[in-house]
Amino acid sequence: MKKKRPRSGSTARSRPAPIPDQVRVEKQVAIRSDHDIVTARQEGRLLAKQVGFSDTHLTLIATAISELARNILLYAREGSLTLGIVQDNGRSGITVIASDRGPGIPDVARALEVGYSTSGSLGLGLPGVRRLMDEFEIESRIGRGTRVTARKWRG
Amino acid sequence: MAVPILKQGPYLIASVQSALTDADLLELRNALVEKVGRFRSRGVIVDVTALDVMDSFASRTLRDIAHMIRLRGAETVIVGIQPEVAFTMVQLGLTLEGVATALDLEEGLAYLDGEAKSGGETRSGGA
Repeated sequence: MKKKRPRSGSTARSRPAPIPDQVRVEKQVAIRSDHDIVTARQEGRLLAKQVGFSDTHLTLIATAISELARNILLYAREGSLTLGIVQDNGRSGITVIASDRGPGIPDVARALEVGYSTSGSLGLGLPGVRRLMDEFEIESRIGRGTRVTARKWRG
Repeated sequence: MAVPILKQGPYLIASVQSALTDADLLELRNALVEKVGRFRSRGVIVDVTALDVMDSFASRTLRDIAHMIRLRGAETVIVGIQPEVAFTMVQLGLTLEGVATALDLEEGLAYLDGEAKSGGETRSGGA
């Protein structure tokens, strides 16, 4: 299996690189308005419930989705959230992919610093999502867009 | 109006009934800041028991509400933050610093009554 590499741009990973195991895409939500943020987190909560996450984790996942969806709206104005169920060696989890064709993130490392924001927000969005989820990866290309993949395992 | 605001004596009570969009939150903020003057209210309770997600935007807006209401001369107390929501907020680093909170509506009312008695000077939310 060949791994696609962006020609330019940056990638940041916390935890070892997620191995693309079996992802079943269940839902795609277009993000164009603040209503879509609510829809996305409700869909995420439903899907995570199917996987069997506890109430605390459902809230955690829904909140992470909310932050990712808002980031799309804030920086790229539109994009999409793809929600999927992942299976790996008998364990299951949920994958959230937030992608947009926005301006891209010039400095991914800085975008992951708590309190750093170019939009006047609290600057907790991306570092917050990273803390809430188990795996987290950003791929961003200037002028092309950004893709954030976050994953949470059950148990 | 996504969030009904009830006047109860010297207080305003805003009860969140369902998930709120960003626009709903801003509308709530503006309505409370205006109504606190119109009704000459001494305190505001925002009941978030029904809120299943408190992300950075919601958290920042609630904090803004409390600070704006204080500038208008009244006190705000946020009530009903659910255990899972509190857990997630702490993980995210959302502390609602400088904002009074109480377990539920009953405790919130008791808090505001206490504030009214003490003149609001001594226990203004531990800012």
